[in-house]
Amino acid sequence: MNDLRDLYQEVILDHNKRPRNFRIIPQPTHRADGVNPLCGDRISVFLDIEDGVIKDIAFQGAGCAISSASASLMTEALRGKPVNEVEHLFEAFHNVVTTDCECPKGLGKLSVLAGVRDYPSRVKCATLAWHAVRAALEKRKEPVATE
Amino acid sequence: MSALHALSTAPATRAGLDLARIRADFPILRQRIHGKPLVYLDNAASVQKPKAVIDAISECYSGYYANIHRGVHLLSERSTAAYEGAREKVRAFLNAASVQEIIFTRSTTESINLVASSFGGSTVKAGDEIVITGMEHHSNIVPWQLLCERTGATLKVVPFTDAGELILDEYERLLASGRVKLVAVVHLSNALGTINPVKLMIELAHSRGIPVLVDGAQSVPHLAVDVRALDCEFYAFSSHKIYGPSGVGVLYGKQALLEAMPPYQGGGDMIRLVTFEKTEYADLPNKFEAGTPNIAGVIGLGAALDWLSAIDLDAVAAHEHELLDYATAQLQEIPGLSIMGTARDKAALAAFTLQGVHPHDIGTILDREGVAIRAGHHCAQPVMQHYGVPATARASFAVYNTRDEVDALVKALWKVKELFE
Repeated sequence: MNDLRDLYQEVILDHNKRPRNFRIIPQPTHRADGVNPLCGDRISVFLDIEDGVIKDIAFQGAGCAISSASASLMTEALRGKPVNEVEHLFEAFHNVVTTDCECPKGLGKLSVLAGVRDYPSRVKCATLAWHAVRAALEKRKEPVATE
Repeated sequence: MSALHALSTAPATRAGLDLARIRADFPILRQRIHGKPLVYLDNAASVQKPKAVIDAISECYSGYYANIHRGVHLLSERSTAAYEGAREKVRAFLNAASVQEIIFTRSTTESINLVASSFGGSTVKAGDEIVITGMEHHSNIVPWQLLCERTGATLKVVPFTDAGELILDEYERLLASGRVKLVAVVHLSNALGTINPVKLMIELAHSRGIPVLVDGAQSVPHLAVDVRALDCEFYAFSSHKIYGPSGVGVLYGKQALLEAMPPYQGGGDMIRLVTFEKTEYADLPNKFEAGTPNIAGVIGLGAALDWLSAIDLDAVAAHEHELLDYATAQLQEIPGLSIMGTARDKAALAAFTLQGVHPHDIGTILDREGVAIRAGHHCAQPVMQHYGVPATARASFAVYNTRDEVDALVKALWKVKELFE
């Protein structure tokens, strides 16, 4: 059970049970949908961006513990950040969930998802919300898919 | 106690199968996954292969492989004999009248696409209707949608109850429109386990002169199928779900229909004479087998049917039914677990959800316990939509599964609950 605990850490189980910023922003400046065709999961992300800064970010949808917790943690990590830092954070996060790299300090709580690296089939779950945010920032109309 | 150890003390099932011997035929089952004995319960996705099948493929490549139907040399003659011998085995297995009614394809999916394209393309017109059911696999939905888009026909869907049983009154109502050109129905639902009353459905369609295609991908390894007793026009199945290799499918079709249908693909092996002015097509079944087929794969399918036929298929069905009943009772003990698909006539699989835990998480946790199941929409998204869930977890059984393996599944599910609570 120990190795499973590396994946399903308390923080992840907590964010799965009580996702933060799990709501709709009625008139977002940016929004996009993400789908994971493998499991049929769908997520919508909403952003309110002012002067190049993410003033508010929220999400809705149904997914596995990894995708829900990742989306929840992502909203906490991105709120208040300048838009031009999103890409850099995503790259660092993507590295953490796909390679054996040391977790960079700047990732904060997001690093609890590092256990995903040992479960290649679950990387898509961990990155779904991030793909949706990138699509929202690019103002893409079609839902973004993880494959 | 490992499943194999348990078997050494209780080798025979109530149905009289020697499970230890059957399991010994499957080299892949002898391994450990993440340090635990492999419990393979993803058989509805694809079933494992007995040594007889692996050996038949290996013997073909190492002993007598060559292209078929055209060589004058000995290897080609031997390959052709083995390939056509497999066709006769499929004919006997389905009790078809003639080997000319057995077409080899890549998969059930390709078999259905062949009928949609060739039969559908030549007979379906704007305003016509195709009837399918709400519990079809995507492979028995999308080919008909494509046909409808091409021709202007309409797709009609027979609904099912929450128990997972087709509503036959609705089926009869749809048949009565006078515009239905074909019924396409799944024999055994991969998402629910429901065995549909296809014999009755075929009779009802025939009373109005409507032909019927049966998707038998899930049914052939679990139920004895007799296409002449069913009287269906087409029956499609895949080798890889009946202990044969992947990459081979079968289409049974009534000879008169197949003869009237235009070719599906053009190329080598499907012609009698080609000039730039005109091409004469080959006779059945070659007309529908353009290109060099999966020769060793077809021979492997023949070996799989020999292997399965050597075990009594009724005893196989009885054993799997007993496993399903046992699993159903055990699963229902787990609080928060709901089984999707509780039809009276059901076989081979249990699909379920667990409150508060996504099926994907169940699948990952079970894998770490050595238990392989499927988590997802099972290529039947309309079924998921019916129950309002994005996905389910599915444990599906084959002849080599044991009660101990059901126990391992249930024990692992309790671990899932422990982790998530």
